[in-house]
Amino acid sequence: MTPRRRRMVLVGLIVLGVAGAVTLALTAFQENLLYYYTPSDVTAGKAPSDRVFRVGGMVTEGSFQRAPGSLEARFVLTDYAQNVTVSYTGVLPDLFREGQGIIARGKLGQEGMFIAEEVLAKHDENYMPPDVADTLRKGKDKRVTTPIPTATVEQDAE
Amino acid sequence: MITELGHFALILAFCLTLPQAFFGLAGAAYRKPHWMAVTHRAAAGQFVFAGVAFACLSYSFYVNDFSVLYVAQNSNSALPTFYRFSAVWGAHEGSLLLWLFVQAAWTVSVAAFSRNMPHAMTSRVLGVLGVISAGFALFILTTSNPFERLWPAAMDGRDLNPLLQDPGLAIHPPMLYTGYVGFSVPFAFAVAAMLEGKLDSMWARWVRPWATIAWMFLTIGISLGGWWAYYELGWGGWWAWDPVENASFMPWLVGTALIHSLAVTEKRGLFKSWTLLLSISAFSLSLLGTFLVRSGIIESVHAFASDPSRGLFILVFLGICIGAALTLYAWRAPLFRSQAGFAPISRESFLLFNNVLLVAAAALILIGTLYPLFLDAFGLAKISVGPPYFAIAFLIPMLPLVFLLAPGMHASWKKASFGRIKTTLTMLLIVAIIAGIAIPVAVYGWRSIISAAGIVAALWVAFSALIEPVGRLRKGQSLSAGVLGMSVAHLGLAVFILGATTVESYSEEADLSLRPGQSAEHAGFVFTMNSLREIDGPNYRAVESEIVITRDGEQVTVLHPQKRVYRVQTMPMTEAGIDSSWNHDLFIAMGDHLGNGAWSVRLQYKPMVLFIWLGAFIAAMGGLISTFDRRYRQRVHAEVKVGSVADAKSA
Repeated sequence: MTPRRRRMVLVGLIVLGVAGAVTLALTAFQENLLYYYTPSDVTAGKAPSDRVFRVGGMVTEGSFQRAPGSLEARFVLTDYAQNVTVSYTGVLPDLFREGQGIIARGKLGQEGMFIAEEVLAKHDENYMPPDVADTLRKGKDKRVTTPIPTATVEQDAE
Repeated sequence: MITELGHFALILAFCLTLPQAFFGLAGAAYRKPHWMAVTHRAAAGQFVFAGVAFACLSYSFYVNDFSVLYVAQNSNSALPTFYRFSAVWGAHEGSLLLWLFVQAAWTVSVAAFSRNMPHAMTSRVLGVLGVISAGFALFILTTSNPFERLWPAAMDGRDLNPLLQDPGLAIHPPMLYTGYVGFSVPFAFAVAAMLEGKLDSMWARWVRPWATIAWMFLTIGISLGGWWAYYELGWGGWWAWDPVENASFMPWLVGTALIHSLAVTEKRGLFKSWTLLLSISAFSLSLLGTFLVRSGIIESVHAFASDPSRGLFILVFLGICIGAALTLYAWRAPLFRSQAGFAPISRESFLLFNNVLLVAAAALILIGTLYPLFLDAFGLAKISVGPPYFAIAFLIPMLPLVFLLAPGMHASWKKASFGRIKTTLTMLLIVAIIAGIAIPVAVYGWRSIISAAGIVAALWVAFSALIEPVGRLRKGQSLSAGVLGMSVAHLGLAVFILGATTVESYSEEADLSLRPGQSAEHAGFVFTMNSLREIDGPNYRAVESEIVITRDGEQVTVLHPQKRVYRVQTMPMTEAGIDSSWNHDLFIAMGDHLGNGAWSVRLQYKPMVLFIWLGAFIAAMGGLISTFDRRYRQRVHAEVKVGSVADAKSA
């Protein structure tokens, strides 16, 4: 092989290697994108039924249930517009409480029940995950804005 | 009074950064020795006053002065004295003051240890460091003043976040900041070289020890963080690809690339503009990390409470630093062309691959960390990137890197033939393959091709790192600190990979329900909960369980995991019970009370987990050893001689 041919083979190998690595990385990226949905999205059927995703909201007061001695816990997650029941088996994070904002990662199971693989709560009692705060703002906006016709007035003014 | 003194000292420190910056840069540009001399004085003054400010804040914590807002927010009269000192950097304001103090400490160190450098060079470096200090001091004074008073004073403080009441976390931030801030020194050297328009092997020799020491601190800081997450966050994970962890890891990767690229620049005068770019990137990524952590735009256990004005300030500061440095780079980089060439198989090539792969890993992590932020900022979607992406994206460049490392250590400059070492390396590879597959399979069983590859690579690198030191010692030859440091650091990497691969492949974890008197079997051990009792700590209450672990009927150990509730912040905390031995950890964390006297517990068997921190520590020590190399202290004599010979000739 001439030095030129050898160099071409080397460059070809490097290009192949880089292309392979990029493909692998992109596949991994696609497969591990976790989308975030609100309880309203989930009840409206916008969330995928076969993929892992995240759902966030506040744990409804008085909704926490667990059979004595069992590791499975059930609670209701709300954005003050819609509710989703979440089931989680395992050790809950330290700051998990009713009335606290949390994010659960998992899949949809039977009858709209969300089967969580992981539950995240922030180590700060005043903290609300930004996603949850957004959800709540939207939920409240909906309740407030529906009966008020000011939007049309503003449009007229413009 | 003390508080006002601290505030005043902080203002003075800021005031001194301005002459340090101005006279440093202008003095070198206009060749005025008197101006340059001012820079040294200003830097020393800045260090003294930043130190006074820091001492005053510490004193306020020590005497529980709850008329200081920051103290009232982060301390309590029941807080043990040791944690009152670590509480100084327990939240945003104080940690920035620590940052400034560390920055000042690096600055005076540069001033003190640079007698061998030309005056103009030192002066420019100090000038650039002055600009950075000025930015941070202004940031503290305008958005995050820790000396703000609270009137009327609080009766008692809100206590330090219980997660931070831990010896590991008391030293993690100072180490991490020293590393982060340390990369401002190579950055300043890079800017100085570009201003000067001259970059030679001498320059690389001046920068190398600084870059290595910064890298060493960052290594220790990051691994302490992982250790803390392992035992204190309560769930036995040591790395979660959390955005804030990524923020500290990216400068580390680029910093690692930098210390290797500096070697080529020093020895062969190559990769000059690449080295400059890495110096700029390492510090830029440190600043980016600060921005991510402080602005509250990411969601993480580590993130500080959000405040948009702080985020904006850092973003602007980041923009100015990176923008100015890159503009300068675009203008000056063409000056730093390298003439020398090298063969396709040579140490240069190996180091080139090292750099490409490290930077690729950093880039993949950067994409995964920033992509969700971009989508969110433009209101497109709310997503997060799962840890498996990072694990895969990191392994793709790292596996070839580690396999190239073993021969790379022994390749010679310009053109490597390997000669006699070729057979040794091949033999060691065969031994590594046999041992790396046989031993784990015999002990733990087969897991996957990736974990086998990881262990084989680790063993090969470890053997390869030992060839040189062992060979020289046997022949009774001396070993330079540089070579010894390199060997030790690479050995540390091998130890780390061995630990990380084994933990990730062979950990066994189970969530169970246990009540007193009940036993459970896990990973070949029997865990029996003996009793539960209530405990009163200095500033918390706790439920403690006594768990006896036996194996084949023989008692292994007794552990006492706790569930604490801190009084002031009423925050529950898990204090895990861990039994450490050299080849495995047994880990128990208590979950919640399930009713009927039963508790949920997480049991974990973590093989070789100690090797993760041991490896990181050995690698850091390798970095330290290499800075003791004699040539870092000899530079001036050589220069003087060359100069005088030249003079003699011309005369």
